[in-house]
Amino acid sequence: MNYHRPTSFEQASTIAGASDGTIRFLAGGTDVLVQLRADILTPDDLIDIKHIPGVKDISRTDDGGWRLGVAVSGAEMTEHAELSAEWPGLVEGMDLIGSTQVQGRATLAGNLCNGSPAADSVPGMIAAGCTATVTGPNGSREVPVEEIPTGPGKTVLAKGELISAITIPARGANGGDAYLRFIPRTEMDIAVVGCAVNLRLDGDTIAQARVALGAVAPTARLVAECADAIIGTTLDDATLDGLAHAASAACSPIDDKRGTIEFRTHVAGVLAKRAAKIAYDRAKGASA
Amino acid sequence: MSKQHITATVNGDEVEFLCDTRETLLDCLRDHAGIMGVKEGCGTGDCGACSVTLDGRLVCSCLVLGVEADGAEIGTVEGIAEGEKLHPLQRKFIEHAALQCGICTPGILVAAKNLLEKNPDPTETEIRYWLAGNLCRCTGYDKIVRAVMDAAAEMREAS
Repeated sequence: MNYHRPTSFEQASTIAGASDGTIRFLAGGTDVLVQLRADILTPDDLIDIKHIPGVKDISRTDDGGWRLGVAVSGAEMTEHAELSAEWPGLVEGMDLIGSTQVQGRATLAGNLCNGSPAADSVPGMIAAGCTATVTGPNGSREVPVEEIPTGPGKTVLAKGELISAITIPARGANGGDAYLRFIPRTEMDIAVVGCAVNLRLDGDTIAQARVALGAVAPTARLVAECADAIIGTTLDDATLDGLAHAASAACSPIDDKRGTIEFRTHVAGVLAKRAAKIAYDRAKGASA
Repeated sequence: MSKQHITATVNGDEVEFLCDTRETLLDCLRDHAGIMGVKEGCGTGDCGACSVTLDGRLVCSCLVLGVEADGAEIGTVEGIAEGEKLHPLQRKFIEHAALQCGICTPGILVAAKNLLEKNPDPTETEIRYWLAGNLCRCTGYDKIVRAVMDAAAEMREAS
């Protein structure tokens, strides 16, 4: 295994593009190293992107959003008071991944590129409207996060392409987000179902919303029907029932040891209701 | 495959070793640097027995490659006591009998010390969540949590 330490994304892309074998990019390594240890995968070329300038930065964008470097760890996000206050749901989703030790290394971009349908940080990013900057041989482009995963363990990234930053849009006024997942224990488990809701209020009425579901389809999914069910409402009981119905209808999960199809489909609706209520309260000013 | 030459600081001392690119920091510390306080449990980041600090951040050394540690500052259990003088956490672990077989203990001490540096007055819940990535099959955790709380209280009084 060749270990590379590029100092620019262009260089990282060139190394990846020139490799004849299996390549992996190394940020936090919490998935790649497990695969390496378990002999599931030994890359021919391992490209450590942590020495590229800016990859550990959390910075404001010109329009008031955030740009996160691809080596920013979960712990660094949680410790960032302003980011956590603006996007508590997105930050909580990341924070739910693994132990303190894993949080010290794991990254948003890594969680996204690993391609797990149950990735806890991904629904929150999708609901927030995050984009990933994809850098490759032909330059860089912005891709909505929901378009990155294409199936379990698979992404849209072509040979020589990698994510070089994650951008979170401006929070703006009267907005709130939340992420909830179901696991059978209290900590350190993989989501059976996950749901993120991000919304903005005009007075008491929901003016904009995005709802994403995780672990109930081959990829985390943006569900427009869920957003449509709550936009224009004050989240009354009938609306919440409609939201739950839309969430359940959007599920196409698998049966596995963590949950049955029936269970996941039901719980998606329950979590959508609960997450929407939390996001709504936060938009009204409740602190996380 | 030629080996890579790595220079790192371990518990304040400069350490050099040659490693294969596939070797983890855990392997390198034990096999090349003779730092045996770092233990291998699961080898996949689930048990925390190999916990070390990497530039001040708590990590599983089994999920870090040796080559990534070039130029880094690493802290292990060997750096916790000052010579013969045990750290309050170490004394309280003995007082509370917070260990039995001991294989998880170095990782838990490193993790607990890292917590108290960030938060000198953690609640029991905060301690339990912080240490959720450190598995112990002997104690049932209560004694460990009590030892950490007691050590934290003593360190707050002393400071």
